[in-house]
Amino acid sequence: MTSLGKALFYRIDGVVLLLYVLLVAIGISAVYSVEHHVGDLTFFMMNKSYMKQLIWFGYSLGFGFIILLTDSKFFSSFAFLLYTACLAILVITIFAGVDVKGSRSWLGVGGFKFQPGEVCKIFTALAVAKFVSLPETNIAMTGRHVMKTYKDRIIVGAIALVPALLIILQKETGLALVYFCFLLALYREGYPTAIYIIAFSTVALVLGTLLIERKILFVVLTVLFGLIALLMRQTLRRKLIPRVIIISAFLFSILFSQVAVPFVFKHVLQRHQIDRIFGTIGMEVPDEYDKTMVEGEEKKGNSSEYNVLQSKIAIGSGGLFGKGFLNGTSTKNQFVPEQSTDFIFCAIGEQFGFVGSAILVLAYLSLMLRIVFIAERQRSTFTRVYAYCVACILFFHFAVNISMTIGLMPVIGITLPFLSYGGSSLMSFSILIFILVRLDADRQTLIR
Amino acid sequence: MSIAANPRQYVISFIFIGVASIILIRLFFLQNFEAKYKILANDIAIYKKVVYPPRGVILDRKGKEMLSNNAVYDLMVTPHNIPKNFDTLQFCAVLDIQRSNYNSIMRRVQERNIDVRQSTFMEQLSQEQTAKFKENQYMFPGFDLLERNIREYKNASAGMVLGYIGEVSPEMLKRPRYTSYHQGDYAGLSGIEWQYEEVLRGQRGVHYLERDKFNRPRDPYKEGKLDSQEISGKQLDLYLDADLQEYAEKLMANKIGSVVAIDPQTGGILTMVSSPTYDPNLLRGRERAKNYAALYREPTRPLFNRATQAMYPPGSTIKPMTGLVALAVGAITPSFGLGCFGSYNYCSRPIKCEHKDAGHASNFRLALAHSCNSYFCHIFRMTIDYKSFKNVKEGLQTWHDFYSSFSYGRQTGIDIPFEGKGALPDTNTYNKMYRGVWNSCTVVFVGMGQGELLLTPLQMANGMCIIANKGYYYTPHFVRAIGKNENDTLLKKYHEKHVVLNIPDSTFSIVQQAMQDVVESGTAAGAKVEGITICAKTGTAENKAIVNGEVIKMQNHSMFVAFAPRENPKIAIAVAIENAGFGATWAAPIASLLIEKYLKDSVTYKRKAIEDKMMGAHLINKYVYTIDSVLRRRDAMVYENKMRKRYVTDSTKRATDSTMAIRWLEARLRRSKK
Repeated sequence: MTSLGKALFYRIDGVVLLLYVLLVAIGISAVYSVEHHVGDLTFFMMNKSYMKQLIWFGYSLGFGFIILLTDSKFFSSFAFLLYTACLAILVITIFAGVDVKGSRSWLGVGGFKFQPGEVCKIFTALAVAKFVSLPETNIAMTGRHVMKTYKDRIIVGAIALVPALLIILQKETGLALVYFCFLLALYREGYPTAIYIIAFSTVALVLGTLLIERKILFVVLTVLFGLIALLMRQTLRRKLIPRVIIISAFLFSILFSQVAVPFVFKHVLQRHQIDRIFGTIGMEVPDEYDKTMVEGEEKKGNSSEYNVLQSKIAIGSGGLFGKGFLNGTSTKNQFVPEQSTDFIFCAIGEQFGFVGSAILVLAYLSLMLRIVFIAERQRSTFTRVYAYCVACILFFHFAVNISMTIGLMPVIGITLPFLSYGGSSLMSFSILIFILVRLDADRQTLIR
Repeated sequence: MSIAANPRQYVISFIFIGVASIILIRLFFLQNFEAKYKILANDIAIYKKVVYPPRGVILDRKGKEMLSNNAVYDLMVTPHNIPKNFDTLQFCAVLDIQRSNYNSIMRRVQERNIDVRQSTFMEQLSQEQTAKFKENQYMFPGFDLLERNIREYKNASAGMVLGYIGEVSPEMLKRPRYTSYHQGDYAGLSGIEWQYEEVLRGQRGVHYLERDKFNRPRDPYKEGKLDSQEISGKQLDLYLDADLQEYAEKLMANKIGSVVAIDPQTGGILTMVSSPTYDPNLLRGRERAKNYAALYREPTRPLFNRATQAMYPPGSTIKPMTGLVALAVGAITPSFGLGCFGSYNYCSRPIKCEHKDAGHASNFRLALAHSCNSYFCHIFRMTIDYKSFKNVKEGLQTWHDFYSSFSYGRQTGIDIPFEGKGALPDTNTYNKMYRGVWNSCTVVFVGMGQGELLLTPLQMANGMCIIANKGYYYTPHFVRAIGKNENDTLLKKYHEKHVVLNIPDSTFSIVQQAMQDVVESGTAAGAKVEGITICAKTGTAENKAIVNGEVIKMQNHSMFVAFAPRENPKIAIAVAIENAGFGATWAAPIASLLIEKYLKDSVTYKRKAIEDKMMGAHLINKYVYTIDSVLRRRDAMVYENKMRKRYVTDSTKRATDSTMAIRWLEARLRRSKK
C-alpha cells in the first residue's frame, strides 16, 4: 500500500505511454511521407491528412489527460451505463448512418463524422470486465453452480458479441470481427477450451474446403482423423461418447466438404456471390464453380486482389533497408488504395524495408506483452480483464491488418492501431490505452 | 478471483509471439527474396516522359524564315477539377462554341478517359480563342492550355521543296530508317523535311517522372539524375531565294510546268517551282489527310514534282549541247555551214525547219541563233558517224557518255527525295528498238531534242550550269548550311566539283557566244534584259498523247533555258510550260523576268506589261482533264479486272474445295455402309 501514497504521475506506466507515443509518431510520419510532394512549400498545410492527424493526436492527449484525472472507480461504476448508451447509438447508426462506400457505419454529428463501432470497443471492453469482475459471476468451472456458470458464460459472450451483430447490420463486417477478440480475453478468465478448438477447426475446415482440392482434402481429413483416433485409442476403447463425437465430426467434415459445399456453389449461389467469396480469400474462381458468363460481359478484376498486389509490390520493393524516407514511389503516388488508412503499413515497408517493418512489429509485440504483464500484476479482476481486452483488441487489429497487406489474409477493412490515419480510430485507441494506464495506476486498490 | 500464475496467460502470450513471428518470416521473404516486386514497382511508378524539341527552322538565302514553328494551344480539361458551380454559359461565350457542343465534347471526354486525367477538349485553338481564354482563365478551373509546336510555312510558297511532316505510320515503323521512332512521333514525309529529317528533328529528351496510379506525372525520379535533355533541331540555311520563289510561283500561276534556277558557281538552287503549286499550310495538322486526298484527286496533279520528276523532250533547248558535243569530238568546226531551205531531206522523211531564207545556217552561231533543225540534225549525224569512230554504235556511245557526264539520264543527286532520271538512249536502247538494225538517220531526231531523249527541268538547268561554268557543275542542292555550319558532313558531297568530259574552254566560248546571239538577234529576242548579257536557248517540244485510244498531237511544250550574266554567271534557269506553244512566247519572258528580278532585285516598269501578261495567262490545256479522266478510268478498269479475276479464282477454289468435301463425305458414307 506504500505506492498509493505516491503522486499519480509516478504510478502511471511509462513503458506503455512511451510505446504509444512512439507508434503515433511513426504513424504521423508515415501519413506525411505518403502525402508529401517535392513542390510543397511548408509542412503546415491544414488540408493535408498528417496535419489533421497531428491535431487528432493533440485532442487524444488532452482527452487522455482528462482520463488520468478521473477517478478510476468511475469506469467500473459507469461501465454498464456507457455500454447501454453505446448499444443505443449503434442501433441509431443502423438507421441514421451516413453511407460511406456501401456501409452505414458512420454517424455524422454536425460537420464531424465518426464510427460508433470503433468507439464502442472501449465500452464493450469495460462492460465485459465489469461483468466478469462482479462477485456473483463465475465463468470458470470452479464453483459447484454449473448451471450458473453456463448462464454467465452465455451472458458475457452476448455482451461481447451483440455490438458485433449490430455492426454487421451496418454492413461493416470487418469491424464486427474485431469483437470476436474478446473471446480470447475471456479464455484467460476460464472460458472452455473446447469452444476455441471447435471454432478453430470449423474455420480451418471452411478455408480448407475452399482452398484445397476436394479429393486431396478427403485424404487429408481421413489421415487427420485416423491420427486422432490412433492417439486417443485408449479413451475410445473405454468410452462411448468420445467415439460418437469423433465419428460424427469425421462424417460431418466429409459431408460438408465433399457434398454440401459443391452443391451450394453449383445450384444455390449466384455468380457474383461466388466471385465475392473467392475474392475475399484471394483466389481465382475454380473452373467447376465458374458459371458460364453472359455473352460479351467482361470478367471484372477483383478490387481487393488489386489492392493486395499493389500493397505487396510496395512492401516487396522496400528490400532490406528500404528506399529511404519520402522516397517510396508506390506509396507516395497513390498506387495502393486506402493508402493512409488501412494500408499504411505499406509506407513503412517500402520506405524502411525489412529492418523498419521488423522494428515496428517488435514495437507492437512489446506493447502487447507489456499489457499482458500489466494485466497479471493487478489486484482487481476488473482491471485485469480490461487489460486483456485491450491487448486482444490491439492484437487482432495488428495481426489482421499487417497480414492482409502482405497477402496472408483476405482484405478486411480494419485499421492499424495508432498508425492509420483517421480521427475516430486514433481517438478510440488512445482512450483504450489511457483508461488502462489510469486503472493500472490504482493497481493496489481493488476496483469493483 | 485472481488465479495466481494462470497457465492460460502464457498461452495468450505465446499466440501473440507466434503470430508476430509468422508475420516477420513472411515479411523477410517478401522483402528480401522476391525481386519481382522491385521490378514491378519501378514499372508502375516511373513514367518515362518524352519531350519533343522544336524542329529546325529553315531560312532562305537572305535569312528570311521560310519554315518555322508556330506555337498553337490545345485546350485540355481535367473533368474532376471542374467545380460544381462552373459557369458553362460564360465558358461557351469565351470560346465561341455552342452549349450543346460543349456537352457532347464533355460526354466524349468522360467516356474515353477517367475523370482525374487530363484529356484534350479542343485542338489548336484559334488565336482569338487563345487570347480570350487566357484573359479569363482564372474563371475556369479544370481547364488548361497546352502549348504545342506546329510547322508554319511563311508566304505559303515552296511547298514542293520544303515538304511536309506527318505522323509515322505503323508500316513506316517497320523500316530501318524509322527504328528510333515511336508511334505518335512526327517525321518529314517529303522534300527537305524528309531529306534532312535527322538534323531537323533534333534529339528528343527523356525525363523520368514518378507517376501516380492515374498516370499523372508527379515529382522527378531521383531528382532528375537519369534524365536526358532534349536538343533542338538544327537550323537549315537554303540557297533558295524566298522572294524569287514567290515571284516565280506567281508567274507560273494557271500554267502546268516548272521552273528551276540554279546558282552555277555553287550548285545552289535559287528557285524551284512545280506548277500548279499548292499552299503547304494545307498539309499540316488535323486536316492533312483530307487535304492530301483532295490535292491527289486534282487532275493537274499538284503533288507531282514536275521540276525533278517530269520528263520532257527538251526540243531545241538541247541544241547547244548537240553543238557542244559535235565541236568537242571534232565533227564540225564553228564555221561549218549547211544550206537549209525549210527542211532536212538527207534522211527518208523530210524534217521541217522554221526558216527558209538562205544563209540562216551558214555557220554555227547563226544556226543556233535561228535554231535551224536541219543544221543540228545534220551535225548530230556527223557526230555519231564521225570517222574516228569504228561505226555508228561507237559514235552513239561516245555521245551518250558526254550526255551522261552532263547528268542526263541519271539522277543529279539533288537533296530532295524521289528525283526522276529522265531518259537517255544508248546503243542498247536502239538495238532493242530496231533489233540492231539502225543508223544515224534512224536516230536523227535526237539531235533536235525530240525522240527518245527526255530530260527533267532540273537536268536542263544543270546543263546550263555546265555551259555557264565552261565545263563543270556542282550537284544541285538546296541547303547551304546545317546549323550555320557550311562544312557539315552531310553537305560534303555538294562541295565536290563534277568536271564533264574533256571539252576545251574555247568550245564553250563558241557555244556561249552563239547562245548570246539567240537573245540579241535570234529567237529569244523578247528575253532581252537591259544591262545583262543573257545566254539562252528557246525550245518548242512536240509531244503526243493518247486520248480515247487515238494518238493525237498535243500543243507544243514551251521551253526555255538560259544563264546570266555571261561573264560571271550567277543564275542558270530552265523553264518548261506544258502545252503552251512556242518557247519564245511563254517560257522565255518568264525566265527573263526571273533573271531580271534576281540580278536587279526588281523588274523595270517597262516590262510590267509582260509581267502582267505572264501572270494573267491561263495555259492549262483542256486535254489535261481529258487525259486525266482517261487515265483514271483505265486505272479503275485495271483495278476492277484484278478484283474480278481474284473473285473468280476465289470462287473456283471454294467450289473445288466443296466438291472435294462432298466426295470425301460420299467416300466415308460408302465406307461406313460396307
